Amino acid sequence: MEKKKLFDFKTRTIVATGLGAALFTVMFMYLKVPTGIPETEIQTAYGVGGFFAALFGPIAGCLIQFIGHALSDSVQYGSVWWSWVIASGIAGLIVGLSYGKLRVEEGIFGKKDIIYFNVMQLIANAIAWIIVAPVLDIVIYSEPVNLVFTQGIVAAISNAISTGVIGTILLVLYSKTRSQKGSLTKESEE
Amino acid sequence: MKTKLFDYIERDNLIFRLSGLTKLICFICMTFSVMFSYDIRYILFVTVLSCVFFWMSELKFKQIKVMLIYVAIFLLLNFILTYLFSPVYGTEIYGTSHELFRFSKRYVVTQEQLLYQITKISKYASMVPMGMLFLLTTNPSEFAASLNRIGVSYKGTYALSLTLRYFPDIIREYNDIALAQQSRGLDFSKKEKFGQRVKNVVAVMVPLILSTLDRIDLISNAMDLRSFGKHKKRTWYVAEPLRKSDYIAIAVGILILAGSLLMTFLVNGGSRFWNPFI
Repeated sequence: MEKKKLFDFKTRTIVATGLGAALFTVMFMYLKVPTGIPETEIQTAYGVGGFFAALFGPIAGCLIQFIGHALSDSVQYGSVWWSWVIASGIAGLIVGLSYGKLRVEEGIFGKKDIIYFNVMQLIANAIAWIIVAPVLDIVIYSEPVNLVFTQGIVAAISNAISTGVIGTILLVLYSKTRSQKGSLTKESEE
Repeated sequence: MKTKLFDYIERDNLIFRLSGLTKLICFICMTFSVMFSYDIRYILFVTVLSCVFFWMSELKFKQIKVMLIYVAIFLLLNFILTYLFSPVYGTEIYGTSHELFRFSKRYVVTQEQLLYQITKISKYASMVPMGMLFLLTTNPSEFAASLNRIGVSYKGTYALSLTLRYFPDIIREYNDIALAQQSRGLDFSKKEKFGQRVKNVVAVMVPLILSTLDRIDLISNAMDLRSFGKHKKRTWYVAEPLRKSDYIAIAVGILILAGSLLMTFLVNGGSRFWNPFI
């Protein structure tokens, strides 16, 4: 089997990045699931971001979440909260690293792959929201330390739920639509 | 629902005539200058300047009203949260404590805290007119071209221009699918239970994503057939040569950034904060 290049930026990846980012922006703006706690919504967009990252690799994952988050911020607020946008990009990048081992395009996404994808996304969300976002908040905006870490932990949990649940569901559904290699058997000749 | 990402309506005045490249450079310079500085005097100066630029662009207030409401809510929330979590953070930064009054043992109101929080809010608010100006006066296709001209790889900027191009299409498709699913009885409002609501959202997402994946194949095949990505460089139809006014605007942008650095290193002695309390 041909080995996948993790950081290949071919035409398909570029197009996937462009359309994926548009999709991410739309979802980021409209498809939020309120949890009941004020001002914390589960952003379903991260599920889609994770899905695209697993399908198209780290560069696509990173750019989709970076562009998508930056665009929806600028459309809704007129300016961009850079520390969180960068954290979004990094989360996408790390989830995208799972691309090398997954074979979703070939219709394979079994239990092992589900666990692998979820471990990767947990690491990604933890690094992005509990380390990168708060640290950048402190460096760029001098936000108080305990506030940004609390926000970071809440964001990490809700985004991990979104990526884990929605991303996994989407990957399973998509892998089922792909036909597996060698799924056709030759009928016995008469 | 908004179907256009940027409400770009062309007008003929100085700001609109500037090239996208110029506006991008100025936007970056001004953003950095307020992100870096914690000196409220300088931030207010930049705010006034960006308001002047906004006025020069002849944009209508109506166009930005909704955004302003969002920003105001966001800032108010941030203001309250910051105080709840760290009521004496200002004192830590400035090293002194001038108490005004107190709500309880923990919640003191000090001049330092007020200065810190007001500075922080103005830092964020000052970027809003510039951000909106940039969004509303830049031709979306020219934006990608100008990013390429400041050195971003054209493959990356092409992805961005695809995003801008397909955003309205995806919104339209999202609307169609959501309406179709709602007419079949799927509820997205708070009346539905949490688990069911997630399922309903997925029911909209799946067709949307599958159609997007189809479209990705279609577009990338079309681009491959036209030999996209074969060469290291690419020209842009919308890229415009820089004019005299562009060079002046870029100079102004760089001066603003330099001013922010000067304030920090010369006036405030290397600290990002302006400390009037010592």
